[in-house]
Amino acid sequence: MIFYLVLALAILFFVAYYFGSTRANAMAGGDHSKLHSRPSYHGGYLALVVTVPALAVLIFWGLFSGTILDRMVTSEFATQLADKSIPEIEAILRDARAIAFGGIVGFRDELKEAAAIRYEELSATATWIVVALVAALCALGLYFGVRSMSLRMRARHFVERFAISLLIACSAVAILTTIGIVFSLIFETARFFQKVPFFDFLFGLHWSPQSAFEAAGDQASDKDLGLVFGAVPLFAGTLLITAIAIFVAAPIGLMAAIYLSDYAGPKFRSIAKPVLETLAGIPTVVYGFFAALTVAPAIRGWGEGIGLSVSSESALAAGLVMGIMIIPFVSSLSDDVINSVPQSLREGSAGLGATKSETIRKVVLPAALPGIVSALLLAISRAVGETMIVVMAAGLAANLTINPLEAVTTVTVQIVTLLVGDQEFDSAKTLAAFALGLVLFCITLALNVIALKVVQKYREQYD
Amino acid sequence: MNMMTEAETKMAGETDSKPLNKKMQGEKVNVHYGDKQALFDVDLDIYENQVTALIGPSGCGKSTFIRCLNRMNDTIDICRVSGEITLDNRDIYDPDIDVVDLRARVGMVFQKPNPFPKSIFENVAYGPRIHGLSRNKTELEEIVVTSLQKAGLYEEVKDRLHEAGTGLSGGQQQRLCIARAIAVSPEVILMDEPCSALDPIATARVEELIDELRENYTIVIVTHSMQQAARVSQRTAMFHLGYLVEVDETDTIFTNPNNPKTQDYITGRYG
Ligand SMILES: Nc1ncnc2c1ncn2[C@@H]1O[C@H](COP(=O)(O)OP(=O)(O)OP(=O)(O)O)[C@@H](O)[C@H]1O
Ligand SMILES: [Mg+2]
Repeated sequence: MIFYLVLALAILFFVAYYFGSTRANAMAGGDHSKLHSRPSYHGGYLALVVTVPALAVLIFWGLFSGTILDRMVTSEFATQLADKSIPEIEAILRDARAIAFGGIVGFRDELKEAAAIRYEELSATATWIVVALVAALCALGLYFGVRSMSLRMRARHFVERFAISLLIACSAVAILTTIGIVFSLIFETARFFQKVPFFDFLFGLHWSPQSAFEAAGDQASDKDLGLVFGAVPLFAGTLLITAIAIFVAAPIGLMAAIYLSDYAGPKFRSIAKPVLETLAGIPTVVYGFFAALTVAPAIRGWGEGIGLSVSSESALAAGLVMGIMIIPFVSSLSDDVINSVPQSLREGSAGLGATKSETIRKVVLPAALPGIVSALLLAISRAVGETMIVVMAAGLAANLTINPLEAVTTVTVQIVTLLVGDQEFDSAKTLAAFALGLVLFCITLALNVIALKVVQKYREQYD
Repeated sequence: MNMMTEAETKMAGETDSKPLNKKMQGEKVNVHYGDKQALFDVDLDIYENQVTALIGPSGCGKSTFIRCLNRMNDTIDICRVSGEITLDNRDIYDPDIDVVDLRARVGMVFQKPNPFPKSIFENVAYGPRIHGLSRNKTELEEIVVTSLQKAGLYEEVKDRLHEAGTGLSGGQQQRLCIARAIAVSPEVILMDEPCSALDPIATARVEELIDELRENYTIVIVTHSMQQAARVSQRTAMFHLGYLVEVDETDTIFTNPNNPKTQDYITGRYG
């Protein structure tokens, strides 16, 4: 039903648009300079006035019809439902709806049949009311819209204001969603900290959430929980792997960027740049199995060749591969900033007798430094949030170590393992994932904010 | 004003005693950008301690020629230069010549002021540093201060030598760029429309400066302003569509040009 109504409104929209613009045209006698706004704005005005209120009613109905019907039915059968618990009432209503509108019914009884009949009646009446309301709103809109049309009417202002409000609404959706996610993170994290003390989590040295539940089950006391939810090994692991990755990606990416922007010929550049950028498009799972199946065994082989004990999953393997993964971020962003250093600075330096490498080292790189720093920060925040490679190549063992040859684990990996499989939604284990997520969010947010600030400062310098 | 006439009399006196020395000579200079030829058989000499002005309509090859004089065109991949250009009778396109040395001897000031995003001091110290012209910090400071003084900027910036060079006004930035060029003690200074981004007052200041610099340096300047060419230069070369139309003493060019194209251009009838 709603579908047909929306379709009708869409058709009406175009009809009203056409009618409005032709009418405006006719009013002006073809001389557009007499009109305050061009005819198309009058058309848009009429189309909006006719359809938008009706559409709003439809959307409201679509969102809330279920709840409204449920309320009405519950209140009508209040006496029969009085002794039932909330889940029982919900089950009855669910079955009644299924009988009325089709669906899988649990089992039938008299109460449900009666409720189903009411559902059908109410829904039929409601539909007629909605149809009538929509029609009335359209008619009213048409009447007042046409009446208010005149040569001097500010149709353009109306249409543009409407467009602006639409844009605001869309950005509000994006912002509100983000805020909602952050708040749910904060909220769940707060619940976690009711079970596990804040400092035990942030500064505890021991992480083994699985063992807590295997050993003590739900009777685990707060003290025990504090002992197994120490997140420091995860932070250390994240830091170690990220450090290795940046150690790989920063020099390689930066030098590649310098080569591409200042030395490579245009032909090579036009091929090499997209190729480098496709590195960024490779799914991280692919990097992951590359790390687990090729790099990790190779490192283990070399390590054993020179008499070191290397675990088969190592921070080094994960860090190396992650470094390769973020090379394109570093090189592509740095290439952009290096390129945006004005050519006139390079010429000025060359005009003073500086060689190309002197120019790059002493003029171009210092000028591009803020941009390069922010490129590195973005790459770091990417590395901190990366999961797949670490799951596959660095293992799950929460060792607190700075030895890159041992297995470590990271914040993201632990979030995955905490939430994989069936979970109770309010166990400390599940809530821990939210706490880790919040920490991760804060870190990447801070990195991104710093990077953005640096870039802004840098922009001001040349514009 | 007084100073200018003094300098002029001195110049005149010198011309009388010894003939002007040819600092740079261009012979049959042809320049191609890819398949497109931008200069055709240009023969042009630059005399020592004189200001030579290059004039001509847009796209006629003035910048192309001036950039040949310190091989700035090397930085453009598709650009090929043939013919002979000499500095003190040595071919500057000779493979034995190091462009780095050449550019230290033939400095350049660009159309748009392009100070490095460094402090005023560092901007001027940049050249001396890369060429190792000073043995210690005091010497470097001395070079910076004298260069700024010669560029007539020192008084304005002496209290903020360590602030950003990009924070100066356009005219000050251009004089900073001149100071930067002077700091490596070049023999020739090339200026490609050095005043086109400046207001009349800053322009007058730079023109005065050019006149003062003539005493110690050889200057080549590209300009679109006839008045400027008349005011600052001793010789003027007129380019048109890649050809050198005419070159002579500035007075002659502006009072009694040989070529009707020059006549049209300087009287504004070109079009
Ligand atoms: N980098 C380049 N690539 C290709 N062609 C160029 C390049 N630079 C200049 N040219 C061409 O060479 C010719 C001369 O250009 P040039 O810049 O020397 O002119 P100009 O006299 O300095 O002009 P203006 O007074 O506008 O600065 C022009 O036709 C121009 O299109
Ligand atoms: Mg030019």
